[in-house]
Amino acid sequence: MDVELEGETVVKLKPVFGYLHRNHEKIGEGTSYLGSMPYTDRLDYFNSMTNNWAYALSVETLAGIEVPERAEYIRVITAELSRLQNHVCLIGFLVQDMGALGTPLMYAFRERERILDLFESLTGARMMCNYMRFGGCRCDVSPAWLHQAQQVVEAFPKFLDEFEALLSENEVLVSRSQGVGALSQSLAIDAGITGPMLRATGVNLDLRKAEPYGIYDRFEFRIPLGDHGDVFDRYMIRILEMRESVSILRQAIGDIPQGDFIHPKAKLRGFKPPAGEAYGRIEAPKGELGFYLISDGSPKPYRFRVRPPSFINLTILEDMCLGQTIADAVIILGSVDIVLGEVDR
Amino acid sequence: MIGKGILKGMVETAKNLAGSFHDPERLTTVEYPEQKIPAKENARNFPFLVYDGDDWETGLRCVSCQICEKECPPQCIYIEKDTVKKPDFLGKMQFQPKTFDIDVSVCMGCQICVEVCPFESIRMDRDFEYAQSDRFEGLLLRKDQLAKPNKYYHSIHPTEARETDAIRDGKRQDHLAKEKAKAEKLAKAKEEAAAKAKEAQTPTDGDSSEKAS
Repeated sequence: MDVELEGETVVKLKPVFGYLHRNHEKIGEGTSYLGSMPYTDRLDYFNSMTNNWAYALSVETLAGIEVPERAEYIRVITAELSRLQNHVCLIGFLVQDMGALGTPLMYAFRERERILDLFESLTGARMMCNYMRFGGCRCDVSPAWLHQAQQVVEAFPKFLDEFEALLSENEVLVSRSQGVGALSQSLAIDAGITGPMLRATGVNLDLRKAEPYGIYDRFEFRIPLGDHGDVFDRYMIRILEMRESVSILRQAIGDIPQGDFIHPKAKLRGFKPPAGEAYGRIEAPKGELGFYLISDGSPKPYRFRVRPPSFINLTILEDMCLGQTIADAVIILGSVDIVLGEVDR
Repeated sequence: MIGKGILKGMVETAKNLAGSFHDPERLTTVEYPEQKIPAKENARNFPFLVYDGDDWETGLRCVSCQICEKECPPQCIYIEKDTVKKPDFLGKMQFQPKTFDIDVSVCMGCQICVEVCPFESIRMDRDFEYAQSDRFEGLLLRKDQLAKPNKYYHSIHPTEARETDAIRDGKRQDHLAKEKAKAEKLAKAKEEAAAKAKEAQTPTDGDSSEKAS
């Protein structure tokens, strides 16, 4: 960030990015459709599962591939687990920015590790899962894994209660976050902000409800909304969203059906979708994540474009920071929930 | 009352501190080099080449079809075909790789090579302690470093290895059945040919005799 100050007050702020640019979109145009899948893990490296899903969804729209029911359930389970660990880590980082060095972040990481253990025993890797395939998932979940996942999910609300006891009423957190970095509803809509950032301002837009992809229309859950759009609302929205995710996970683990985990006609090698274009978007933990693909009928996409939520949410940083102190600017940046792998691509 | 929230938080911290002495669920770290978390069965890291039997040079499953080289997203595999064919596990003559290098400094462990390999020869290892003092030559794994016995594969991924063995057994049986069918067909064809030749012989003889007369 380039910041201009007047005393301690921010008068001008410019986010400077590009230091983690890895040419993702051009690489995507140079490799096969399947070859781009492991690269999507590395966009938002906290949530490889949702990245995989968004990419798989856009390729499936492009090629008209159907996904078996069981695979849809597996996708929901992995994506919601991913949301849990993303939000819990974000809160850890956010309070670390406020000066709570270590302790809450350590507790957050301890819980995240349980979810990453689940990912590792399912896909083989903790963070770079590379799990979704066009038309399903790479491997099936075992009953033992589901049981383990259920245990983690059932233990999670207890941890959340503890975490809230530690943080939500803490005077330091409350006084440093309430009224800080407030974002107005109209500005948030105009700037194209999505995800918890937008919902903290009170706009009811969650793609899981607004445009149910996969099988999200089968689950009962609520969308938490804020009304001030400040840092505290963003913190609280994430806590509440985790509670809703736990409820989705309970339903999904409870009624996962038997069946194929991948479409029987899905193929790995020599995949050529018909010419055309498609945009697949999902509600990633950070906001709307979309992949726009143009195919010319060859094994490689003609155009590969990522719509990253972190990047677009970051563009509004100056408007939130103006008039605040330099110490608050750090917290506001923390509350945006960015991952630079996704900002710079 | 100001400070109530902080006190509440401190109670939580104290609970975790006391809990970490007797409840492993509350522990956050292990002391790594001395203490290691047991690896998950599915854990993957870098690829290796499986060989059957005791000799890695003759037992290598790879037939250098170069599919993995083509499909690898970061292009970290380099294969050169041998010039002489050797029999594989079915007795078919196949090219073995003369060179098979994997640059593990480029490899991202995505497992796509494993998924596309039609000969069950490349599989994922779970060894992660690859630190080297020479990052160019040291991290470029050669064929002899990559080759690991099927026994080792069974020791790291038992379920997957058993499935792979079943696939290979199936292939062998299919091959044997095919060979048998082929041999039977050949024998039948030979018999038929012999019978035809016999049939054909008489009129030809007649022809020749007619011509002669």
